Amino acid sequence: MGAMRQADTIATGEGTTLLGVTGLEVVYSDVILVLRGVSLAVPPGSIVALLGANGAGKTTLLRAVTGLLPLHRGRITKGHVTLDGRPVAGRDPAEMVRAGLSQVMEGRRIFAELTVEDNLRAGGYVVRSRAGLREAYERVMGLFPILAERRGQVAGYLSGGEQQMLSMGRALMPSPRLLLLDEPSLGLAPIIVEQIAKIIKEINAQGTAILLVEQNATMALSIADYGYVLEHGRVVKDAPAPELLADRDIQEFYLGVGEAGRRSYRDVKTYRRRKRWTA
Amino acid sequence: MTNFLQLCFAGLALGALYALVALGFVVIYKSTGVINFAQGGLVILGAYLTYNAHHTWGLPFYLAVPVAMAICALVGAATERVVLRRMVGQPPFAVIMVTIGLLFILEQAVTSIWGFNQLDLGDPWGIKKVTVGGLNLAQKDLWTIVLAAAALAAFFVFFRYSRMGVAMRATAFDQEAAVAQGISARRVFAVSWAIAAAVATIAGVMLAAGGGGLHSDLDIIALLAFPAIILGGLDSPGGAIVGGIIIGITQNLTAGYQGTGANHYLGFLGGGFSSVMPYVVMIVILMVRPYGLFGTREVRRI
Ligand SMILES: Nc1ncnc2c1ncn2[C@@H]1O[C@H](COP(=O)(O)OP(=O)(O)OP(=O)(O)O)[C@@H](O)[C@H]1O
Ligand SMILES: [Mg+2]
Repeated sequence: MGAMRQADTIATGEGTTLLGVTGLEVVYSDVILVLRGVSLAVPPGSIVALLGANGAGKTTLLRAVTGLLPLHRGRITKGHVTLDGRPVAGRDPAEMVRAGLSQVMEGRRIFAELTVEDNLRAGGYVVRSRAGLREAYERVMGLFPILAERRGQVAGYLSGGEQQMLSMGRALMPSPRLLLLDEPSLGLAPIIVEQIAKIIKEINAQGTAILLVEQNATMALSIADYGYVLEHGRVVKDAPAPELLADRDIQEFYLGVGEAGRRSYRDVKTYRRRKRWTA
Repeated sequence: MTNFLQLCFAGLALGALYALVALGFVVIYKSTGVINFAQGGLVILGAYLTYNAHHTWGLPFYLAVPVAMAICALVGAATERVVLRRMVGQPPFAVIMVTIGLLFILEQAVTSIWGFNQLDLGDPWGIKKVTVGGLNLAQKDLWTIVLAAAALAAFFVFFRYSRMGVAMRATAFDQEAAVAQGISARRVFAVSWAIAAAVATIAGVMLAAGGGGLHSDLDIIALLAFPAIILGGLDSPGGAIVGGIIIGITQNLTAGYQGTGANHYLGFLGGGFSSVMPYVVMIVILMVRPYGLFGTREVRRI
């Protein structure tokens, strides 16, 4: 499938892959196997969606990529992570940020006691040049005018949508080449989700590749170029986004079309197969 | 009234010392989650290092202090790196025991190097008094207040405006999120210890200079400063200062009015009550506000 195709190009060093993940296995506390051989690729300048139900291992994958696993007593036991074709697994988070990889963590995780401006300064910690900081700051203010209005305010008092924007703005301060977004739509009203989706597209149009982890498949696939479906630590399907959006199984499980109550994408698949046979 | 104001002024000087020590505690606790009982050890180490720089190396006093601060800061950062970093994730009780162990080691190291005898750090400002508006103020107290205020102001400017200060506050609030921004938590820890050691040095110098005398028991100041920290809120640098000043003034007023004689309104307390006064104030305030005056209800830590 696509995953193999894209993974192959990483292994042979052909083509252009910004972020490559091949056969990744991750274990927590040495016993809990959470990723069981995941492969995916993010080409430069693209938006790649990573879909999956609760507990599928999406956040774990991001931690493996950004070097945050050790903080959770997690470890990569197999496979590779590459940036520009070079192995980066095991690097510490600061090195990854400096290498051009930045993330918006699940649950936003803004520094609620700090002002909006100080949150952005913390985001720009690795940027050493004043000019670079200034430029990134102006870009963030351009993308999120609301943050400019609130820059002196304590971040904890922002609304959920504003906090999400702050979290995204903070992650853009190092001017990353790849932005990892972990469920940016979580807990937000549909109209705000739409707004966030538009901004993601805009960030991408400015040249930043995006790996978008989402449970809101409609939103994710409507802006993504390519999508992967993760389930129980495995990629069970991957295809160009329009194809996934049209896929009946995906529709049924993620888009709430058809019968409700299916627990997993696989269940949906076997259930439909059974339905076909019994019909 | 004059007597009252003079007592308050001397209390303010004492409170400034508590504030310096308390600030060190708070900075370390806030960024690393460690309750550092070795803070008093840094106080004496800083004072002895100043003695060494001044008397042995012959540096003038105003240079000896910053040199000692720098060396003590290095020792603090090294202690964090060598000892406490290995304790990350260990139960708080074990970590506290380690810091208590460090306190004894520092005490012993100081007497091993500089001996048991009380040393004289010198008397850079003399025991002179200045008279301001009818008040007799000890020059030493004035200097203590001025230097402590300068050190505390410098800390707050650093903490609020510098890149490292932002990183420290971010790390204190959410360590993982800070690390995800590329902030080095290790550097934040090391800097916190260095700052705590530097302000401890100033406190040690102010205690020992001008007739106080230099001996290894000076670390008792850290135990007396403890109520100030609890009072202000364990994770609030501003609270450490307010707490320090409240405790210092209360203690000094009690000292002034206890015992026997005219105007000793607190005579019924006996002669030594002032030394437990910090704890009395702490207990009373904690009964009303369990998190201290400025503490956060719940200190989040990951
Ligand atoms: N630190 C940890 N130690 C042990 N197990 C963990 C740890 N973190 C996550 N897990 C487990 O790993 C699995 C995958 O978790 P992960 O957070 O990666 O899923 P997710 O796809 O991001 O889910 P969600 O959509 O709910 O955020 C879950 O079963 C979870 O319980
Ligand atoms: Mg998740």
